[in-house]
Amino acid sequence: MRTLLFLLRKEFKQIFRNKGLLPMIFVTPIIQLLVMPLAADFEVKNINISIVDNDHSTYSQKLISKITASGYFKLADYGNSFPNAFKQIEKDKSDLILEIPQGFEKNLIRENRQKVFIAVNAINGSKATLGGSYLGSVIAEFNADVRLQWNIPDRINNTPTIQATSINWYNPLLNYRFFMVPGILVTLVTMIGAYMCALNIVKEKEIGTIEQINVTPIKKHIFILGKLIPFWIIGVFVFSIGLFLVGRLVYGIVPQGSILLLYLFLSIFLIALLGIGLLISTYSETQQQAMSVAFFFMMIFMLMSGLFTS
Amino acid sequence: MNDVTLTNIKKTYNKGEVVAVSDVSFQVEQGELFGLIGPDGAGKTSIFRVLTTLLLPDGGSASENGFDVVKDYKEIRKRVGYMPGKFSLYQDLTVEENLNFFATIFNTTVEANYDLIKEIYVQIEPFKKRRAGKLSGGMKQKLALCCALIHRPTVLFLDEPTTGVDTVSRKEFWEMLKRLNEQGITILVSTPYMDEATLCERIALIQDGKILSIDTPENITKQYPSKLYAIKASRMSALLHDLRGNENISSCYAFGSTTTSHLNMKMIVLKQN
Repeated sequence: MRTLLFLLRKEFKQIFRNKGLLPMIFVTPIIQLLVMPLAADFEVKNINISIVDNDHSTYSQKLISKITASGYFKLADYGNSFPNAFKQIEKDKSDLILEIPQGFEKNLIRENRQKVFIAVNAINGSKATLGGSYLGSVIAEFNADVRLQWNIPDRINNTPTIQATSINWYNPLLNYRFFMVPGILVTLVTMIGAYMCALNIVKEKEIGTIEQINVTPIKKHIFILGKLIPFWIIGVFVFSIGLFLVGRLVYGIVPQGSILLLYLFLSIFLIALLGIGLLISTYSETQQQAMSVAFFFMMIFMLMSGLFTS
Repeated sequence: MNDVTLTNIKKTYNKGEVVAVSDVSFQVEQGELFGLIGPDGAGKTSIFRVLTTLLLPDGGSASENGFDVVKDYKEIRKRVGYMPGKFSLYQDLTVEENLNFFATIFNTTVEANYDLIKEIYVQIEPFKKRRAGKLSGGMKQKLALCCALIHRPTVLFLDEPTTGVDTVSRKEFWEMLKRLNEQGITILVSTPYMDEATLCERIALIQDGKILSIDTPENITKQYPSKLYAIKASRMSALLHDLRGNENISSCYAFGSTTTSHLNMKMIVLKQN
C-alpha cells in the first residue's frame, strides 16, 4: 500500500511537471467545449444554387426571389441553359440546379399543375439531402402562396388533407448544442483516457526506466495500478469540469437523471479505456507507435459513436 | 564462496538466428571486482540482463547468492543492484526524489542506507533539488550508482558505466567502485576499454558471445607472446612504410590522432621475440 501511494505521488509529480501534458489535460477540454460546439453543427447554410430560368415570367421571378430570400440559398448563377449551369456544379461553384421550364406560368394558371426540375450535387451527401429538402419545402411554400392568392375556397375545402404536427421531446427548440456538448465531452474523456495512459507507459519504456523498475521487487499489479489510477482520476476530473463548469454555466445543460449513475457509468467506461491504453502500450515500443495505434482506435470510436453518424 | 555462477548460459535473438551469448560459464567470488571486457556487440549486456532477471536464458543456468535467476527471480531482485548502460532514471524528478523513489520501491529508506552511498551522494547533494535530466553526464552517473546502491545489494551489476564519460570522471568512478568493493559488495562491471581492465581483480575477455579467457589482468598481459613498442615520429606515412618493410616486425598500426597534428604520433609495433 505504501509503495502504491508513493507511486501515485510520483506519477502526479511527473504529470504536473510535464509542460506538454498539463495544458492538454486542463486547457484543451475547456477550449474544445467552448469553441467546438460553435463550429461543429449540422445546420447547412449558404447552399449555392444555379437557376436555369426558361420562362422569364412574373411567377418564375417570384419563385426565385422566394428561394433567395429564404436565407439558406445563395444564387450562384442565373441563366437559361442547363449545360452551363451543370458546368458550375462541375467547377464546384454551385451545389444544386433548379430548372424552371418554358411556359411555367402559363401552364400553372391554365392547367393548375407544373413541374420544376431539381438537380443536386450529391458528392457531399448531407449537404445534398438537406439542400434538396430545403428547396423542396421552399417550393411547397411557394405553392401554398399561389393557392392562397387565387383564393378558390371550394377547391381547398374539397381536398381532404392530413396535416402532421410534431413536437420535439427533450430538446423542444432543436438546439444542437444539447447534443454536441455532451458528445464532445465524452470524446475528450475517451481521448484523455486512452491516449495518455498508453503514452505514459510507453514513455517509461522509451526512456528505459521500466528496466530499472523491473529489477526492483515491486509487484506487477502495483505498478499497473500506479499507472492507471492517476489517469482514472484525471478522466473523472475532466468530465466534472465539462459537466459542471462548461456544460452547466456556459450552455445551461443540466442532467435530469441521477448524477451518481452518470459517474458510475463514467468510472466503468474509464476502466475500459485505460485497459485499451494499457493494451496498446504493451504492444508499442515507442510513443510514436502508441500514438498511431491509439489514433486508429479513436477513429473507429468517433465514427461509431453516433456523434457524426447514426 | 561464489556469489555469481553461470553455467553454459545461452541467449539467442530473432528465434535463434542471432546468437548473442553461447555457452558462457564463469564464477565470481564474493567481494570480487570482476570485469567483463569485450567490444560492442560481444554479448556483455545480454549476460547482464540475464543475470538481473530481465531476460530469460535460452539454455544453461545462472545463480546469485544461491538463487536461480529463473526460479527465484523475486529473491534476486531484492538482492542485486543494476545500473544499465543508458541513463534510465526519471529525468523529470529531482535527484532527491529519484533516490527516495527507488528507496521506497525497495521497501527501505534513504536514511537506513545512507552510510553506503554517503561518499558518492555528498558530491551530488548540492544539486539535490535539480531535475535528473538537467545533470551533467558525470553527475548522472553518480546518481544512477546511488540509486542502484540504495537497497544495499550484495551484487552490483554495472553495464558500461564509463562509456561516454570523460577521463577524469572515469578515474573518479573507478575509485568509487574500488571503495564499494572494499565494503564487501561483489561488483560485476562491463567495459569496452582495455585500460580499465587492469583496474579489475579478475577479467573475462569476451567476443562474439564466447569467453576467450578468464584470469587476472597481470596474467593475461603476461600471456601475450610478443613485445610491444611505441614509436613516435613526425612523418607518419614514411614511418609506417619503413616499419612495414622491416622483417623483424610482425605488424604495426597507427594509433592516436592522424589528422590534426603530425607531431607526437604514436605507433604500436608488435615485435616477435
